[in-house]
Amino acid sequence: MSFVEHLQIWIAAFFMLSLFSFLYKDNPFYKLAEHIFAGLSAGYYIGLVWHAVILQTMINPMIQDGKWWLFIPGLLGVMMFSRFFKGFHWISRYSLAFVMGNTAGIFLLSELHGKVIPQVQATMRSVDPSQGFGGLLLSVIIITGVISTLLYFYFSKEHKGLLGGVAKLGIWFIMVSFGAHFGYTVMARISLLIGQVQFLIFDWGGSIQQIFF
Amino acid sequence: MNRLRPVWTLLLGLLITLLLFTVASAQTESDGAFRVDRLNALIFMALFSIVILIYTRWAKSGKKLFIRKINGLDEVEEAVGRATEMGKPVLFIPGLQEIDEIETIAAISILGRVAKITARYDTPLMVPVRYPMVMAAGQEVVEQAYIEEGKPDAYNKDIVRYVAGEQFAFTATVNGIMMRDRPATNIFMGAFFAESLLLAETGNAAGSIQIAGTAQPSQLPFFIAACDYTLMGEELYAASAYLSHEPLLLGGLKGQDWMKIILVLSILIGTILLSFGVGDWFYDLYKSV
Repeated sequence: MSFVEHLQIWIAAFFMLSLFSFLYKDNPFYKLAEHIFAGLSAGYYIGLVWHAVILQTMINPMIQDGKWWLFIPGLLGVMMFSRFFKGFHWISRYSLAFVMGNTAGIFLLSELHGKVIPQVQATMRSVDPSQGFGGLLLSVIIITGVISTLLYFYFSKEHKGLLGGVAKLGIWFIMVSFGAHFGYTVMARISLLIGQVQFLIFDWGGSIQQIFF
Repeated sequence: MNRLRPVWTLLLGLLITLLLFTVASAQTESDGAFRVDRLNALIFMALFSIVILIYTRWAKSGKKLFIRKINGLDEVEEAVGRATEMGKPVLFIPGLQEIDEIETIAAISILGRVAKITARYDTPLMVPVRYPMVMAAGQEVVEQAYIEEGKPDAYNKDIVRYVAGEQFAFTATVNGIMMRDRPATNIFMGAFFAESLLLAETGNAAGSIQIAGTAQPSQLPFFIAACDYTLMGEELYAASAYLSHEPLLLGGLKGQDWMKIILVLSILIGTILLSFGVGDWFYDLYKSV
């Protein structure tokens, strides 16, 4: 292992332990790691945006491919800088309005077409008993689950009477789904923790062994 | 006739759009700009828009539109009141996504309502954000809220501040803020990912009252476990209408409810027809290409 590799491992281990120290309480090591992490990420993102967005998707296509109309989104971006000039900061609202309005419009169609309509179609299932008990049970669970969950999010009426009962069933389906998500995510986090502990034991431990023993 | 003006306006808009698409498709060598196979999405969108426009008009004309109680949202004002009594700040995090995500837009809208309450009670507000565009939008709505409450001088640009672009750098910084400034109330609204439990658990350890809302199903269990109140999925989108009672937003919420009824009916009709072996044509109406 070279000196640079040792150095990289020691820096990574130091910051990892500094961040883990937050589990005990806020302390100077955590503050140091936090500020370096935040500063590094800000610097990294400036470089990333310059190369991956401004150069690759705007300036290069404009110059090399003649896509002159890309100056329009560029102009919207430049308009954001008007926020630094008192009296002119209203200009940036046009860029914001464009992005927010665009988002709402695009999402309306993409969610309808990509999620809502396919979900409705997938929930239309035959409850014909000839498909067997297993298939019938699955169909009933899916149809009941989707409808009751949808009606839980119905805001125009109090959850009382029949609607209340259906909404209660819906919240049970939601909670079962959350339980599954919780278990799945905890497993993934434990796996991440194992990876970090392995780094400390094998990589950092190996480096300590090489240097001191 | 006047009451139906929004509907006519929408239909006229759709007609012009169709005409433009037809002209555009005639000018191209492709199969055409207008996708007939996506007609179902257009119909749903038109239906949705018409219902929203009608409800918005009713709300504007003064008709009372009922919305059921949403527990977490009723607690927002109380939680801010608690912060005021304790003389501590309110921490609001509008998620970790860019402004071009619908959850962030919903969060920014809720931020406007929360800022109005903090402005009213002179409670300090802190809004750390991950993206510059979210910061700009956040500053706009918070400033507007302070102006509407008649306290423009109390507004400070640093209420909404950029913290870090990287997900866990942002989380580490916000966790530090929670432990050092000890906000009395933490409000997490918007899109959250792996950091959800890290944030909520730290807030819990700091003794803050926490209200969360997200449409990310994988993160909701963590918020439910670590927060006092959690808005699930669509409750997040309903929040701004619920808090403000603005006709435009209420119309949207009512329109969504109608769409849910239409979707439930579609599922039931499709299921019945398919069960009797005559539903293939109905099933194909919902084909998504």
